[in-house]
Formats: sequence, C-alpha cells, structure tokens
Amino acid sequence: MVRARTKPASKSPAAPRFAPGDKVRVADRPALGHCRTPWYLRGKRGEVASIHGVFRDPERLAYHQPGLPAQVLYKVRFRQRDIWGRYDGPQSDQLEADIFEYWLEPLK
Amino acid sequence: MHNPKHDHDHHDHDHDPHAPQKDHDAGTASAYEVLEEAVRALLLEKGVLSAQEIAASVDLIDSRSPALGAKVVAKAWTDPAFKKLLLKDTRAALKQMGIDIGAAPEFATVENTPEVHNVIVCTLCSCYPKMLLGIPPAWYKSIAYRSRTVVDPRGVLQEFGVGISDDVEVRVHDSTADLRYIVLPMRPKGTKGWSEDKLASIVTRDCMIGTAVAQAGVVRN
Repeated sequence: MVRARTKPASKSPAAPRFAPGDKVRVADRPALGHCRTPWYLRGKRGEVASIHGVFRDPERLAYHQPGLPAQVLYKVRFRQRDIWGRYDGPQSDQLEADIFEYWLEPLK
Repeated sequence: MHNPKHDHDHHDHDHDPHAPQKDHDAGTASAYEVLEEAVRALLLEKGVLSAQEIAASVDLIDSRSPALGAKVVAKAWTDPAFKKLLLKDTRAALKQMGIDIGAAPEFATVENTPEVHNVIVCTLCSCYPKMLLGIPPAWYKSIAYRSRTVVDPRGVLQEFGVGISDDVEVRVHDSTADLRYIVLPMRPKGTKGWSEDKLASIVTRDCMIGTAVAQAGVVRN
C-alpha cells in the first residue's frame, strides 16, 4: 500500500530499496534545519519492520519546497539495548520509529 | 468570568475582588504568536483562507475527543473483522465508522497483547492522533515525557501506575514522521457480554496512548 499525505507528483515513486526483515543502520550524520530522524537513533542498527509508503520529503517541505521526489518511509524496529549504552529493561524491549529511506544504510 | 454563585471568602486581598479576570495568556506575545497572527492576517487578506474556514477547522479539532477513539476500540473489541481492518488499514476502518481523517496524517493502530505492551511518544515535537483523541494532554508535550519514554519506558509507565512484567515486551513508538499512532488496548477481564457503549466507557485516553491499561472498573471522564 503506497500512500502520501499529499499526492506525490511523480506517478511512479522509486521502488523501495529495503524490504521488511532487512538489517539497516541509521546514517550517522548531522543535518541542518528541519529533520525527522532523531539524534538518538543516528548510527544505530535496526531492522525494517514494514514499509509505510511514499511521502513528500519533510526536509524540503519545511522550506516551502514541494518535497519531491517523494521518499519511501519505513517503520524501523530497534532493540532498546542497541540504542542505549545502558538499558535496564529486558532484552526483548524494542522501539519503533518512522525513518525515510535516505537515512538508512544496508547492514549485512 | 465572574460567577455570582462563587462564595467570596478570601476578602483579605487588597485588590478589587471584582477586577476583570485577565486572559490566561495575557503576557507578552511570543515571537511565534506574533508570526502566527501575521501569517493568518495575510492568508485572510489574500483570500487563501476565509475566517469561516479557520473557525470550522478549530471547531473540527475541538469536536474530537477520546470518546471517539473509545468507540473505535470498543468496536474492535466486539467485531473481529473490523479489528483486522483497523490493524491493517486504520484509515479504511475509520471510514467504515463514518470517521473521515481527511488530509490529516496517516493513522496506524498498534495492538496490545499478552506479549507486547505498546506506548506512543513523539520525541521531536508532539505528534498525536488528534483526529481520534482530540487535543493532547500537557504532559504528552512535556520534555520529560518525550525524552524519558524512549530511554526508560518502564520507569515512565510505572509512574503512570502501569507495571509491565519482564516477560512482556515494551514497544515504544516514536511518531517521527507522517504517521499517527493509537494503541488498541487489551479488552479487560470481567467485560463479557458488555455492549459496545459500555465497553467504550472504560476506554480512557491514556489506554490509547499506552500509559494505562483498560480496566473493568475504571470509567473514562
């Protein structure tokens, strides 16, 4: 299911680079201005849980641009213990966040 | 507003007891408030929006309250086909109930089970499923809730009176982008045979954020 908050102008959005189950790493890079990838997840490893669809790029939308090309948005699942140096809860605890494709790097 | 029935037993103040009540936000406008006012005035002046459209939009937001989300949860508890659709395509399920989320961000429903307890947060700002729950509570927007829920979800839940045992996974959802999340709480014991209306009465706002669990004896305000 591919959906956009506002319809992307491109009729054929790029095919998703990742599939559910793929291991990924959030890029560890700074960003200037509006960005929807939280700092605490940068450089962290996770797994693609699902593909939300294609949405206009918030990093461009925030500056009065059309937000195109639209970007694939993923639900990425992280183990809490992989995010924080010290996490007291059980090993099975997880966190999910919605991350755009250009912030994700493949991991073997 | 002056309430004539109010019992004035605090006459030790030396100010006029009938001085007009100031607006709660009577302080100096912040830069963002000034900006909002200026942009709004421009949009009206240029005819991009009408005052009626703005008022209708405010009215729509105000018409939403946790009671709406509770109705959705109660239906999911009693109608397996609806629940299946709600978890798969929340927008379509809501539409089936006559709830149109329109141009609002996409919705997703996450289900609490005996194995997983979900809790919603927005660390970047305060994204919240307004179209189903209305205006978020002040604590949801606080830096403390936003930062601590991702680092120490079990500690935060404990402060809400929700103890999650170690054999249950706690799953935090940080709504970082275009989706708004709502938790489908577990239907509590002792509610067999209840009508949808009665079930909806025990679905509190916090149950749908994940900072509470539904209980047969706890009724939504």
